[in-house]
Amino acid sequence: MIFLKLFWGFLKVGLFSFGGGYGAVALIRDVVLHYGWMDDEKISYMIAVSESTPGPIMVNFATYVGSTQAGVLGAITATVAVVIPSFFIVILILSLLKKASENRVTGAAIMGIKPCIMGIILATGVYMIFSNCAGDIADINIDFTNVAMTIVLSLIYFASGKVFKKRLSPISLIVISAAAGILVTI
Amino acid sequence: MSLLLELFITFAKTGLFTFGGGYAMIALIEDTCVEKKKWITHDEMMSLTVIAESTPGPVAINCATYVGYKQKGIAGAIAATIGMIVPSFIIIFLITGFLDRFLEIQWVARAFAGIKIAVGILIVDAAFKLIKHMEKNPVSFLILTCSFILVLIINLFSVNFSSVALILLSAIVGICVYLSGKFRGR
Repeated sequence: MIFLKLFWGFLKVGLFSFGGGYGAVALIRDVVLHYGWMDDEKISYMIAVSESTPGPIMVNFATYVGSTQAGVLGAITATVAVVIPSFFIVILILSLLKKASENRVTGAAIMGIKPCIMGIILATGVYMIFSNCAGDIADINIDFTNVAMTIVLSLIYFASGKVFKKRLSPISLIVISAAAGILVTI
Repeated sequence: MSLLLELFITFAKTGLFTFGGGYAMIALIEDTCVEKKKWITHDEMMSLTVIAESTPGPVAINCATYVGYKQKGIAGAIAATIGMIVPSFIIIFLITGFLDRFLEIQWVARAFAGIKIAVGILIVDAAFKLIKHMEKNPVSFLILTCSFILVLIINLFSVNFSSVALILLSAIVGICVYLSGKFRGR
């Protein structure tokens, strides 16, 4: 039964992929190869597509595999399955959190986790800017267009709050950068 | 507008602009849910990031479920989560038919080259905002610095190391610091 397989396969992906994003790719690969839904070439292609479309990569894969295997209903089945674990885990944690954070040991653990996660996020952003501007560390290749765009867009984003009363929203920044990307290469 | 509809629309808008693996979305959520709508506080934004990062599933889904549940219980969580998924579901479903040619569309590739730059800036911005509201003490700065350097090295040299291990380690550090403080306090 294809719907059951789609549901079970993507439930596993949703349940065991921590931290989101690229950590999930290995797990997605295991599952879709196991069921024969995609081959390696198609997987790499789909990763590239997921990068250029909005939404979490797991959801993108679930929708794609579901719809190629069993149409709209398949797409819905797989997408719901990939989301269900995090949905219930977050609700479970929220209903326990009040009691848990009163526990001193849990509180101490969370005090340790907070700065660690900020470090992870900061490093991810810095790395992303680095690879946009200079490529791979083993083969550094400065992309001057991207360096210029990074500087200009950062100035626009961070200075807009100082010049005007309201700071540019992240969504406006994304729209401007997409337009700039199209214009720069013409 | 009913709160459920507002949650749905807000997260659909966020979902439409979530590129690049979830972290950039933290800047979007901070902008809409903390600053504009005042649905959650800076402190809750911090716990939200901690929960999203330490539980399985896409960060974007964890965030939507969290904010929705805080605003209007289970119904709110469902409205926000579905809102988050709908844009990427529709886009992937629509391009399934011509997936093989999707990346050949020139303006899509160019727009995304621009968006990647914005995503890098937004992730760094999200990290700075979280750090600004962090409780400042030597231990948290030490953990922040260590995790930043480690994750940067992991990314730059494509070392295979899970961020979950790092999060667990920092939780242990947090507990040890608490216990040693308690021991000295005696």
